[in-house]
Amino acid sequence: MNITNARYSINQDGNVSIIYCNIDGVHHAIPLAVGNRHYDEIMRQVDEGSLTIEEAD
Amino acid sequence: MSNARKLADNLPTEGSLYGRNMIVNGSMNVAQRSTSVTGLGANATGYYTVDRWQIETGGSNSGRFTMSQSSDAPSGFGNSLKLDCTTADTSIAAGEYLLLEYHIEGQDLQRIKKGTSDAEEVTISFYVKANAAFNFVLEFYDNDNNRTCSKLFPTTTSWNRVELTYPADTTGAFGDDNASSVRLFFWIHAGSTYTGGTLNSSAFNTQSSANRAPGISSFYSSTNNELYITGVQMEVGPQSTPFEHEPVGVTLSKCQRYFQKYNYSNDLSSVTSANTLPVNCCYNSTVAYGGSKLQQEMRTSPTFSASAANTWVFYTEGASHVVSEMTAYETGPFMWGMKFVTSGSWSAGNALYGRPSSTSSYYQFDAEL
Repeated sequence: MNITNARYSINQDGNVSIIYCNIDGVHHAIPLAVGNRHYDEIMRQVDEGSLTIEEAD
Repeated sequence: MSNARKLADNLPTEGSLYGRNMIVNGSMNVAQRSTSVTGLGANATGYYTVDRWQIETGGSNSGRFTMSQSSDAPSGFGNSLKLDCTTADTSIAAGEYLLLEYHIEGQDLQRIKKGTSDAEEVTISFYVKANAAFNFVLEFYDNDNNRTCSKLFPTTTSWNRVELTYPADTTGAFGDDNASSVRLFFWIHAGSTYTGGTLNSSAFNTQSSANRAPGISSFYSSTNNELYITGVQMEVGPQSTPFEHEPVGVTLSKCQRYFQKYNYSNDLSSVTSANTLPVNCCYNSTVAYGGSKLQQEMRTSPTFSASAANTWVFYTEGASHVVSEMTAYETGPFMWGMKFVTSGSWSAGNALYGRPSSTSSYYQFDAEL
C-alpha cells in the first residue's frame, strides 16, 4: 500500500475529521477509526517513521 | 441408500440449517470492484475482483497473474474465482509467497466456542479445479491468538469438492467484536521459509512459518496454470453439508457491510448505479457540502475514494461546474458527508446537483478487514 501526500482535514466545526491521502495514486478520504485497515496502515507507517501526516490547512 | 439416510447425511451436526455458512460470497456471485484485473503479483496485497476475497503477496515474486470472476463453475453454481498465471516464476526465493485469503469478524465466530472446553470442530468445504494436478494448503489462522492449523488438498482437471475438518481448539478465544479473528489462507505458491518444515495439520499450534505450507505445488510453475474455486463454506462440526445457496441480493447486502461501489451505468435500475449524487448545498462561493446514508451499515467507518474530480459535473443556478475536489469530509458506518470544491465559483445557499461525466466515474466505500 503506497501512501503519499497524507494530511489531516477539518470539518465545518473546525475538528479534525479525516485524513486525505493518495493510495497507489488515487485520492482517498480515511476516517480516524481504529479498525479501518487504511487508518491502521497509516498509523503503522507513521509509527515506523516512514510517513508523516501534514496538519490541516 | 434410503431417503432418510440421505437426509441425515446432509444435515449439519451442529447449529441451525439457515446461516450455517460463515463465508460471505462463497459462491463468488458478487464482484463490485471489477470482474477481471490483470498483471497482479508484485506488491499486490489487496482486494481486486470477487467481493471479500483478498490477494496477499510477499517477498520478491516475479510471477504475475490475472484474477477474475469466471462463469466456469460446477453444476449448480454460476460463478467461480479464477486465477490465471501469466508470467511464471520457477526461481522461488525463500521468503516469497502468494495467498488467496478470506477474513472473518470475531463476532461471527462465537459459535465455534474456541478457547473453551466446549470448543467445536470446523469443516471447510469448497469446489476446486485446475489445469493439472496440484497440491495446495488451506491454513486456518486464529489471528487473535496466533494459532494455526493447515490442511493439504489436491486439485484435478475436473471440478471436485474438497472437505477439510479442523480440530477443536480449547486454547485462545476469539474476540467478540468486528475485528479480524480468522484468516483463511489458500497457499498456492511459497518459498522455503513457509514450506521448509512439517505441515502442522493435526492440531492448532502457535504459528511457525516453516510449518504453514509444506508440500504445496507452485501456481507460478507455468503460464499454463489456472485455478478455479467456488462454493466455499465454513460450518461448525465435523461434517460438511451441501452449499448454502442464497439470493444474490442477500449476498450483495452482506458484501456491502465491507465494501460499496457506485458505478456510472446506463442502467438506472442497477442497484449500484451512480448516475446521480445526493443533492448538496453550496456552503460558500467555492465549497459545497452534503450528506447521505450508506446502502448498508458497514463494519466500521469506511474509507472513501472516487474517480478523478474531473469525471463529475455539477449544476446550480442554471450553469454547470467542474470541481477540483470531490471527496468526503467525514464517514461513519451509516453515512458519509461529502465535500466538493469548484474550480470557479457558485453562490452560497444554492442547491447543487451532481452527476458523472464519464463512463469511468465511480465512488466507493471500503470497510474491509
